[in-house]
Amino acid sequence: MPKVTINGLEFEAEKGSTLLEVADFLGIEIPTLCYHEGLSPYGACRLCVVEIGVGENTRLVTSCTYPVQEGLNIRTHSERVVRTRKMLIELLLATCPSSKVIQDLASKFGVTQVRFKQEHNDCILCGLCVRMCAEQMDGKAIGLVGRGDDLKITTPFDIKSEQCRLCGGCMYICPACQLRCQGPDVEEAVCNACLNLEPPCLESWDDAMCYMDPCVACEVEYSRKPKVKKEKTSKEQS
Amino acid sequence: METEKIEKILEENGYDRAGLIPILQDVQTEFNYLPQEALSYVAEKLEIPLIDVYCVASFFKSFSLKPRGEHLVTVCLGTACHVKRASSVLDEIEKRLGIRPGENTEDMQFTLETVNCLGACALAPIVVVDGDYYGQTTTKKIDSILKTYKRGDKKE
Ligand code: FES
Ligand code: FES
Repeated sequence: MPKVTINGLEFEAEKGSTLLEVADFLGIEIPTLCYHEGLSPYGACRLCVVEIGVGENTRLVTSCTYPVQEGLNIRTHSERVVRTRKMLIELLLATCPSSKVIQDLASKFGVTQVRFKQEHNDCILCGLCVRMCAEQMDGKAIGLVGRGDDLKITTPFDIKSEQCRLCGGCMYICPACQLRCQGPDVEEAVCNACLNLEPPCLESWDDAMCYMDPCVACEVEYSRKPKVKKEKTSKEQS
Repeated sequence: METEKIEKILEENGYDRAGLIPILQDVQTEFNYLPQEALSYVAEKLEIPLIDVYCVASFFKSFSLKPRGEHLVTVCLGTACHVKRASSVLDEIEKRLGIRPGENTEDMQFTLETVNCLGACALAPIVVVDGDYYGQTTTKKIDSILKTYKRGDKKE
């Protein structure tokens, strides 16, 4: 049983467990995005970074994939870790600003602005759907195709796969599919409006939509949506 | 689809799942690209999910999922070659063949592709045609290189 120190706490961890599991066991919260209990860890989002080592020789590793080692010194909330996490969330947000999951993360970790060009991709390549399909649904219908910049998740030859049973598991688990509030149609949307203390959009909208400053959605769909008051009941905008 | 050909390739490779890459290489040599039916057939016979075969095929640059011309012209645009003006070499080839990278000539004689460094930077700028390396290429040399491969008047 390897002994580790986690946030100054000495702990005898189970052999073969990951740092994330140890932290989980001790009730230390580490944010994750591409990790799911029922699926094999993948280490794509890097959100679960922790700092290991002592003194000058520390480095960041992804806790969801890193196995415990004898004498490891782990810090889950060091200054460097927190700064890195915020940056990662900001980057994720720039990639996929409309995802509710990412927006929630941003809100939780106090990321209130995005300094990068927004890409509006509908995929962050976390690979959850691929693993869901293969490991839980026994489907193996989708995969990560291509590489580098051209990497994308798709079926063989981009056509409907014979393996796909349309179970919807991929969509169920996708953090990017869960859209945030899509506009003034509050009834039909999920959003973080309740968390907004001073939503900037209230100046031009009837209802608050998000807490971002500058407002991501307004930037996205500025042309599509009315800038000034709009009747709540009207549906033609949705 | 000529399944016998693929069957033969699979047999030669001992139906070995771990040998997926060599199998695909052989299929590519046979057909000059990886036809969809061939990939499905290989996946079925090796009992590998089709998506896994497709992922491998799409990952490597040397595999092509689109039909390729008879001769593959590869221009290196890596750092060293770039510094040695590989882009003007590429321009020249594009002009001669009338195609852009990733395309085939109409008569399916040539396919043009670019790579990022072939690991032979001392010879920059490099053009490779069907595995023959032409180092220190200049725009002036292009004509004679391409001529070697033009149908009908191949020198060798
Ligand atoms: S949760 Fe560990 S890298 Fe995504
Ligand atoms: S840059 Fe062309 S061979 Fe290295």
